[in-house]
Amino acid sequence: MLKRPHYIALGLVVLLTLVILNLPSQTSARFKLGVGSLFLPLFGLASSSQQVASTMGDAVLPRRQLLGLNDDLRRENQQLRLQALQAQETSSENARLRQLVGWQRETSWKLKLAKVVLREPANWWRTVQIDLGSRDGLRVNLPVLTTDGLVGRISSVGLTRSQVVLLGDPNCKVSARVENETRDTGVIGASGPLDREFVQLGFLSRNANLKPGQNVATSGEGGIFPKGIPIGKIVDVQATDSGLRTEAQVKLATNLSALEEVWVMFP
Amino acid sequence: MNWLNTAIVLGATYLAVFWEAAFSGVSHVLGAQIDLLPPLMVYAALCTGLTTVALLALCGGLWFDSLSANPLGVTVLPLFAIGLAIYLKRDLILRDETFARLMLGLGASAVAPVLTLLLLFTMGRTPLVGWGTLWQLAVLAAGGAIATPVCFELFGWLDRMLVHRRATESSFRPDREIRRGRL
Repeated sequence: MLKRPHYIALGLVVLLTLVILNLPSQTSARFKLGVGSLFLPLFGLASSSQQVASTMGDAVLPRRQLLGLNDDLRRENQQLRLQALQAQETSSENARLRQLVGWQRETSWKLKLAKVVLREPANWWRTVQIDLGSRDGLRVNLPVLTTDGLVGRISSVGLTRSQVVLLGDPNCKVSARVENETRDTGVIGASGPLDREFVQLGFLSRNANLKPGQNVATSGEGGIFPKGIPIGKIVDVQATDSGLRTEAQVKLATNLSALEEVWVMFP
Repeated sequence: MNWLNTAIVLGATYLAVFWEAAFSGVSHVLGAQIDLLPPLMVYAALCTGLTTVALLALCGGLWFDSLSANPLGVTVLPLFAIGLAIYLKRDLILRDETFARLMLGLGASAVAPVLTLLLLFTMGRTPLVGWGTLWQLAVLAAGGAIATPVCFELFGWLDRMLVHRRATESSFRPDREIRRGRL
């Protein structure tokens, strides 16, 4: 049987929870960031211990291995420089042609490197937290990617940390285009609870000409993600809604389980 | 109320929530991150007072939600419901038995995510749920079952190390000793 103290405790906890759950979204977001900032000392501790570990690792690396690594990187750097020169030439040519046709000039995007500091503790969302916040100029809905492809978008911003909602989360929908002759477009939606490497590409027309192995990239529609960021490759195609629509399973280009560093894209 | 015990439980909760968000090795291997809050709640409900149970539910739930995409406060009620249910029946539970701790941890760790998901659906959210969720619940329950006796051992050790115990008087009195001769 419940006694008076039990009723008081129950009432207090229920009341407090209901108040917090019904806070206006902005107040709730601020309160959430405030509560989350209690973990700042542990962030510092974790990052400094990682630094110490990596410094110790660097100290024991043999000199021969370091020299070999240096040579490889120098060669790769030269190749990338040449590629950058070619890209620059193509970009200026593109700008000239756009001017000739009278199209609006595309603005170039800037990138900022961020470290992944925390992962989602709940099993029913796909998010990570990065070490850049509003003081670094971040704001909601900026695209986040790696050199392999798209990762997700910024969903909330604190002063020093931001939350990134990853591809496959129900709150991260991306308009995508298949790189085939018909340029079919669809929407990247949620994945299964255990599928971290795959996402569903839905809302495709039933006549879509899809084959496994075709690349999928952002279409640029929707106003959040710019055109042409790689998302992944089609691995399976199936008809849904009694053949009225087509759905494809896409293997993501980025390994979302092993994210350590990501790039935030600024317009 | 023993404030030191409450502080130790809350400190462990703080570290447990950070561990869940910072280290995702278990999640990569098993497909689900183990939740340490239900095992801590089982310990608090069996060995501490109602205030500690309420504080653990409030602080643990808010800390967890602040690092997650959950709406703030959604984890508090399921944790408190589990804590209160165990607290009310704690006189009937053989809390010193490892098997009882194991089963309580198993049950609490399975029920907590289900209640949280029900609350999320009630609030109109759409969390990632599918057949794979059953596997995740099984991992959570098994992980919680293993973690609960470990929690009891850890807190027992801390209690012995940090809490001062009054020396108990023995019933033996030398002046009442019966000395027997050879015969």
